[in-house]
Amino acid sequence: MNGIWLTFGFAAVLGLLGVGLYGLLISRNLIKLVVALQISVKAVLLGLVLAGNISGSINLGQSLAITVIVTDTVVAVIGMALAIQIRRQLGTLDVRDISRLKG
Amino acid sequence: MIYTTLLALVAIVFAVLAIQARRLLVSALWLAGVSAVISVVFYLLGGRQVAVIELSVGAGLVTVLFAFAISIAGEDLGKIKPAVPTVIPVALALLFFLLLAWFSIPTGALQPPQGEPGLADVIWGQRGMDVLVQVVLIFAGVLGLLGLLAETKGPLAYPVAKEYAAKRDRELEALMKEREEREKL
Repeated sequence: MNGIWLTFGFAAVLGLLGVGLYGLLISRNLIKLVVALQISVKAVLLGLVLAGNISGSINLGQSLAITVIVTDTVVAVIGMALAIQIRRQLGTLDVRDISRLKG
Repeated sequence: MIYTTLLALVAIVFAVLAIQARRLLVSALWLAGVSAVISVVFYLLGGRQVAVIELSVGAGLVTVLFAFAISIAGEDLGKIKPAVPTVIPVALALLFFLLLAWFSIPTGALQPPQGEPGLADVIWGQRGMDVLVQVVLIFAGVLGLLGLLAETKGPLAYPVAKEYAAKRDRELEALMKEREEREKL
């Protein structure tokens, strides 16, 4: 019985990861990209805590999850600061317009 | 466990809404919803401390930062056409999902180890290095943020402002003198 819920839990983790990946692929706005990245990281967090719960060492899972939360927040802050600077310098947030490589 | 799965499904729905939202602020708010639901899932799974941290940082701090960034950078809806045809990301995401599911979903039941140490023991004892790295990371993040958000042309410094005022006064005086002379003639 536990195995079935375990499979569902991991399927939910992968679903969230898939939504994040879809967002990363489809978004053109820089801030939207940061949102998609955040969704992917939420999936990873859920996976860590779920694995901790299953293996019986929830505190190890929690400590790793806290590390991921800190890293993720710093990444989000730097990403948004970059987006603001790009908007100031180039006047756009569209990744297509920012790109200098034409192909 | 059924509540956990249902809440995780709600989180997925919120995530889809966050990606699909046209306005950035709405997107950020749905992301905060994802964080809140995920933190409830953490609590149900037994990770109470991390649930609190996720709720305060993920749903609180990051949302405020998003609102701040959007208010500075502006909405910039721009062209709504995605960078690549919609079929490709959907197919890639599905492929990724299936491959990862194939390799990662565990099938056998795991035996929980006995006598797990508390969170403080794990964090400060076993994972002390992680805490150190986190502190360095936060410091680096703050420095990077200061560097990135620094204005290239700041507001006028006091002596410069004074100089401008003096220049304006001189010009005004010259104008007045000119006017007086014209009136004399």
